[in-house]
Amino acid sequence: MTSAQMDDLIVIENLDFAHSYGAHQVYKGLSLRIPRGKITAIMGPSGIGKTTLLRLMGGQLKPQRGTIEFAGHNIPELSRSHLYEQRKRMSMLFQSGALFTDMSVYDNIAFPLREHSKLSEEIIETIVLMKLEAVGLRGARHLMPAELSGGMARRAALARAIALDPELIMYDEPFAGQDPISMGVIVKLIKSLNNSLGLTSVVVTHDVAEVLTIADKVVIIADKKVVAEGSPEELKNSDDPLIHQFLSGEADGPVPFHYRAPSLAEEILGAQQGESHAG
Amino acid sequence: MLDRIAGLGKAVLDSIAGAGQAMVMLLRALIGKPQLRKSWPLLMQQMYSVGVLSLIIIVVSGLFIGMVLGLQGYTILVDFGAEQSLGPMVALSLLRELGPVVTALLFAGRAGSALTAEIGLMKATEQLSSLEMMAVDPLRRVISPRFWAGFYSMPLLALIFSAVGIYGGYLVGVRWLGVDDGAFWSVMQANVEWGQDILNGIIKSLVFAFVVTWIALHKGYHCVPTSVGISRATTSTVVTASLAVLGLDFVLTALMFG
Repeated sequence: MTSAQMDDLIVIENLDFAHSYGAHQVYKGLSLRIPRGKITAIMGPSGIGKTTLLRLMGGQLKPQRGTIEFAGHNIPELSRSHLYEQRKRMSMLFQSGALFTDMSVYDNIAFPLREHSKLSEEIIETIVLMKLEAVGLRGARHLMPAELSGGMARRAALARAIALDPELIMYDEPFAGQDPISMGVIVKLIKSLNNSLGLTSVVVTHDVAEVLTIADKVVIIADKKVVAEGSPEELKNSDDPLIHQFLSGEADGPVPFHYRAPSLAEEILGAQQGESHAG
Repeated sequence: MLDRIAGLGKAVLDSIAGAGQAMVMLLRALIGKPQLRKSWPLLMQQMYSVGVLSLIIIVVSGLFIGMVLGLQGYTILVDFGAEQSLGPMVALSLLRELGPVVTALLFAGRAGSALTAEIGLMKATEQLSSLEMMAVDPLRRVISPRFWAGFYSMPLLALIFSAVGIYGGYLVGVRWLGVDDGAFWSVMQANVEWGQDILNGIIKSLVFAFVVTWIALHKGYHCVPTSVGISRATTSTVVTASLAVLGLDFVLTALMFG
């Protein structure tokens, strides 16, 4: 293993993936490296399969081809029990928070500890309160998830995600649907948790402005593969039209405004040859 | 035309794939070393929500069905001067057929639909995925306790249903219509056999419990995680489970009493 590889927590090589229920190819020949201890932002237009990529890294989906190495283990080839071993080292913050609705905030955060450790309830309580303190919700420990606002639910879920002190934390659209204040809070939390806990963070998002302020590395995915990667500065200075369109949020460009269709004139005039012009 | 044939083929393939998925789900949920310390509280919690909360509907329906049986049975039997046989008539209809079948149908409507909707929503809100990412197997944690809770509680509910039903028949037949009290009970005792009637009823009930709970869990676990998908899955649970119960009841009756 070379030193460059050792510095990467996740190495994805030549990944092909298509959902079993559709012929639509999501990834073709995608390769990607996630550096250890850094915040990597994965960006791309909606519907490009960014969440799918996180599920592939977590072993919830299996690729048709390619390798996904997490700390030297090829995730798609692991047996169930080995995969579960590795999953204890990673954690994922879901877009909805995915708190268990039948448990209080406290029990939600204690849940992974009770499942995977033999710690006494007193120690679990200490850990849970520390994690809640880190996200600023120590006072909300007795509330049920239904009583939390969207931003608080996401912070509680974040406390649960760091309960077992994982090495990797994957954020699925952490800023989606947040008001500016809670968005600022979450941006700050991602940064501070990454630095103070020595985590490796992967943030999947399309909120460009927020993530560029904290990311160490930015990866842009489009057209089934990585189209650009580098530090935020490198990408901001890039003159690639696609990167430019994406970072400045222009409606039309290399990523077309229109979903593939025959041209409007052809469709209205009923021209039959329209199909050959699709795309 | 060709599209229709293709559609038919797809429907057949989909249903076979669905059955396979359901089978794999159940096997993975049930096989593995039991962890009593963790699963006991989960089982109790589910026994409460699946079993105890179904008690009211079971008791009320049992009472009314027993009362109707008493009334109908009496008006038929009295023409032949055979109203003394009201006791065994009510008891046998309940223990052999109505108890297990009606309980299973009510259970599918009350608890089965709730199980499907609950699991479907857990899937839609990514709770199942988050369990998996926390290295906790949702099949062991979510599916397995619910399956056992359904499997254990339905036969108990069916027995309660039959007992309450017999009491309803007694109220109408003896208290209201004047059938002799002693004859009602003693003829019933003489005609109801443990193995042939009660045990067979319990076996039926166990089979229905297995099938209804399995269908409800499968429909929830493999539903399309959207509001339309969950509503379809819930409807499909009630319809499929009810038809399965009625069909199986015929087969079991033919085997046991045919």
